[in-house]
Amino acid sequence: MLKKLLDRTHRGRTVSYIMVVVLYLIIEIMIHSGNLSSLFTSLLVPVCCYIVAAIGLNLNVGVSGELNLGQAGFMSVGAFTAVSISGYLAASVSNGPVRLIIAIIAGVMISAVFGLLIGIPVLKLEGDYLAIVTLAFGQIIKSIITNMYLGFDGNGFQFSFVDNNTKLAPGGKMLLNGPMGATGTAKISTFTAGVILILVSLIIVYHLMYSRSGRAIMAARDNRIAAESVGIDISRTKMLAFVVSASLAGAAGALYGLNYSTLVPAKFDFNTSILILVYVVLGGLGNMTGTIIATIILVLLPELLRSMQDYRMLIYAVVLILIMLLTNNENMKTRLRRLKNRFSGRGRKEGEVS
Amino acid sequence: MRKKSLLKTGLSLAMVLCMTVALTACGGAASAPAESAAESGEAGSASAGGAIKIGGSGPLTGPAAVYGNAVKAAAEMAVEEVNAKGGLQFELDFEDDTHDAEKAVSAYGALKDWGMQVSLATVTSAPGAAVSQMYQDDHIFAITPSGSSLAVIYQDPDNAASPYGNIFQMCFTDPNQGIASADYLAGHSDLGSKIAIIYKNDDNYSSGIYTKFRAEADEKGLEVVYEGTFDDSNASDFSVQLKKAKDAGADLIFLPIYYDPASLILTQANQMDYKPTFFGVDGMDGILTLEGFDTSLAEGVYLLTPFSADATDELTQNFTKNYKARNQDEIPNQFAADAYDCVFAIAQACEAAGVTADMSASDICDALTKQFTSMTFNGLTGQNVTWSESGEVSKSPKAVVIKDGVYVGVEE
Amino acid sequence: MEFFSYLINGLGLGSVYAIIALGYTMVYGIAKMLNFAHGDVIMVGAYVVFFALSSFNLPLIPGVLLSVAVCTVLGITIERLAYKPLRQASSLSVLITAIGVSYFLQNAAQLLWSSSTKVFPAVFPSGSLELGSLSISYLTLITIATCVLVMVCLTLFINRTKTGRAMRACSEDKGASTLMGINVNRIISITFAIGSGLAAIASVLLCAAYPSVYPTLGAMPGIKAFTAAVFGGIGSIPGAFLGGLLLGVIEIFAKAYISTQLSDAIVFAVLIIVLLIKPSGLLGRRIREKV
Repeated sequence: MLKKLLDRTHRGRTVSYIMVVVLYLIIEIMIHSGNLSSLFTSLLVPVCCYIVAAIGLNLNVGVSGELNLGQAGFMSVGAFTAVSISGYLAASVSNGPVRLIIAIIAGVMISAVFGLLIGIPVLKLEGDYLAIVTLAFGQIIKSIITNMYLGFDGNGFQFSFVDNNTKLAPGGKMLLNGPMGATGTAKISTFTAGVILILVSLIIVYHLMYSRSGRAIMAARDNRIAAESVGIDISRTKMLAFVVSASLAGAAGALYGLNYSTLVPAKFDFNTSILILVYVVLGGLGNMTGTIIATIILVLLPELLRSMQDYRMLIYAVVLILIMLLTNNENMKTRLRRLKNRFSGRGRKEGEVS
Repeated sequence: MRKKSLLKTGLSLAMVLCMTVALTACGGAASAPAESAAESGEAGSASAGGAIKIGGSGPLTGPAAVYGNAVKAAAEMAVEEVNAKGGLQFELDFEDDTHDAEKAVSAYGALKDWGMQVSLATVTSAPGAAVSQMYQDDHIFAITPSGSSLAVIYQDPDNAASPYGNIFQMCFTDPNQGIASADYLAGHSDLGSKIAIIYKNDDNYSSGIYTKFRAEADEKGLEVVYEGTFDDSNASDFSVQLKKAKDAGADLIFLPIYYDPASLILTQANQMDYKPTFFGVDGMDGILTLEGFDTSLAEGVYLLTPFSADATDELTQNFTKNYKARNQDEIPNQFAADAYDCVFAIAQACEAAGVTADMSASDICDALTKQFTSMTFNGLTGQNVTWSESGEVSKSPKAVVIKDGVYVGVEE
Repeated sequence: MEFFSYLINGLGLGSVYAIIALGYTMVYGIAKMLNFAHGDVIMVGAYVVFFALSSFNLPLIPGVLLSVAVCTVLGITIERLAYKPLRQASSLSVLITAIGVSYFLQNAAQLLWSSSTKVFPAVFPSGSLELGSLSISYLTLITIATCVLVMVCLTLFINRTKTGRAMRACSEDKGASTLMGINVNRIISITFAIGSGLAAIASVLLCAAYPSVYPTLGAMPGIKAFTAAVFGGIGSIPGAFLGGLLLGVIEIFAKAYISTQLSDAIVFAVLIIVLLIKPSGLLGRRIREKV
């Protein structure tokens, strides 16, 4: 068993699982010994959400090779579904964790449906045209949720679109209030739930990557024509990756939405999609461990720069550009490699390191 | 093989970074008490008892940065003025929340780590609603200069019996302004009888005012002939909305929006030779001081405002002069004025209650809540201002009209 | 009549999108990258014109020329510092770098010029041309005319000059162009220079129509123009022109005849439908994949 976990194909996965669990334990110990500052405590859940969304996006962008600029749209669907369900069930299911699970499952299912519906037209396209259509769907979702009004009272649900015609009886509650989104949400997301969600998404994504479908997806990414010629059903495999990616974004959104007492539709705009894409590209396409690390670093970075005051976001931008240049420029790569060889490559044979 | 070793380099680098981050986080938390002790020690030598720590957050970067920066600049100025008087001493930490609930919550964390005792809450409403619950849970007194939505001070905005109790507002609430505007128009039908409304539908403030205005207008029998919206992605072209309003015969346009898009609406209406009466709310304040704006376009615009940078009283004149001197000649808007008042209201309450810097945030919260619900405050944005138990301010919106480039009070 | 009035407004708005889209599409055609910082170059251009006109009291034409010069230099600098080192990297890495550059420009502008809105001075004569019951503002006419002029000049440049031909060669095949003695790096720099210069012109038209100057000014027009470029077929110059105009007209019509709340959703829905019918945009070339 141990040998299997450490062999070539499994090593990457084992490293991610161990890393997540170890980080979780360290942080839990810090929380319980009172060593974690309020600032970092407040970042735990959102970091988990972004990691899950980024893992999903990496499946789409890294593994399947489709540039998706609308991941925030799926997060939005998951978040508002979960927040509405949780608001509706608040009276009948008082147990927080149970309600959280129900809400996340609902969020995942609805975003999977959206993923499927949007995937049909999107996957007919290629390259940058595909990217712009995902961007378009992201904007459409934002626009639609901004105009949705959903409330319930003793007589049942009331829904209206664009013009708010809901007239709730006393004691009724607005679940979605158009541009103002959802307010008064009970905060039931927890760090532990976030970590479990990360582990579950890692299991799903790795399972998919190393299964028959996963190899088919990667074959289609690397050479579409060759893959087609050996009989791989490309649209089916790509659709699978797209829907799983959307579902993970939905789960991330659900967890996110239930972590704040208010949530506005404008939160999940183009910038949020781009932010998640940055985590993925920086972490490395197809590299889930890298995605996790990149997300943690990039969420923490602006918070750690708070003491820089006005220069905070400027420095963030410079760091972002520098990281991209350092990790992608051929000259830099060679230099880094030489540096590494000097430190660690002495005992090894030349052939092994290069 | 080559790829793999590269990946490993990247990973190990990232791991090192991660550890450093974790360590600093850890170290930061551990050394925080020591640091703050040193700080209060220093301040203690300057004045007895040290300084009371005031926190606050607002958008200092991003599209809404103008509001956050105005609040920050005015609050810093007010804190310096309070400190210069001797006696009560304040220390301010104003964090960036980029007008986002998530960032507001982490800003709140940063403020708590710093040891915040009193707060200016948040500048904007949506992030404010996200942190209000945390202020209540931690029992820290907060007064927001400009978070005007009901969701900032009520747990459930539709339920008047659910105030947080320790969150106060310095600005009018959104519904309050909507109702006041509709009532004013109902009482002054000479301004215009066919009303068009243009509002920003993805903005809490604007749609909050619109909703109540519309309800009150229907009740008072006002005739609304056109309603148009815009949002963040369409905030520059108003040709369609204006043409529709014109074709519907509107002779008055109600603009429950901020002054920057309003300036575009005034310019574009002028270009198409459409001259209805424009009626704005407190967000319209600032239009005369927009750098480069042709103020003749704003001639005859009505607005409800608590503050005007060119008022002639001594307090306002000093405030405007000092603010300009500190901020590259920028003219203060109502956000700045409200923030300035917040700090002075806190100072007044602290003095009256005998609050000192060594008291816990929770004790200060009890003392200040008691003071705020019983005291009267005179500031830039109003005289004889009082607060209700639920945290709402009593200031009543006052209508002014722009004549020859200045605000002129309208006789009731 | 109402219809024509909306149409003209739409063409005016579309002309601005079209000029911005030209910048996107040229850079894409030659460097094969999405330059998300293009919108922010427009913002810088707008500030330069604003200060030239209001602080230094320059007349319009020298002000615009100054802005074009500043933007051109800025475009070349960005290309040299941020994009050139990534010539061999994946297009996604370049995309992220471009986003970094965009953040940088926005935040630098806020630190330099403060976050408060400045109102762009009126640079074109106000008033309008009356054609029967139809009135068209001079501003709209000037905007459309400038857009057509830019489009014609650019087409002539690309088709008739040596540099233009070199640009077309680079967009076809960089390797072969190098073998033919074309300095590909120089051509890419020139492309960025032209794209950024166009951004300066776009900034004047944009701000003349919507006179607000602020640090995030370029973000939304940038996204819209990018959409327009894809609409017309990214990489195609007439495509960007057509895409921009159509996008402007659809946006205005959606607001006028359907709903102001949903205008964005409608614009993007039309885009999706067009791309489903013509998967590489209206005038884009379908590139056949070879084994």
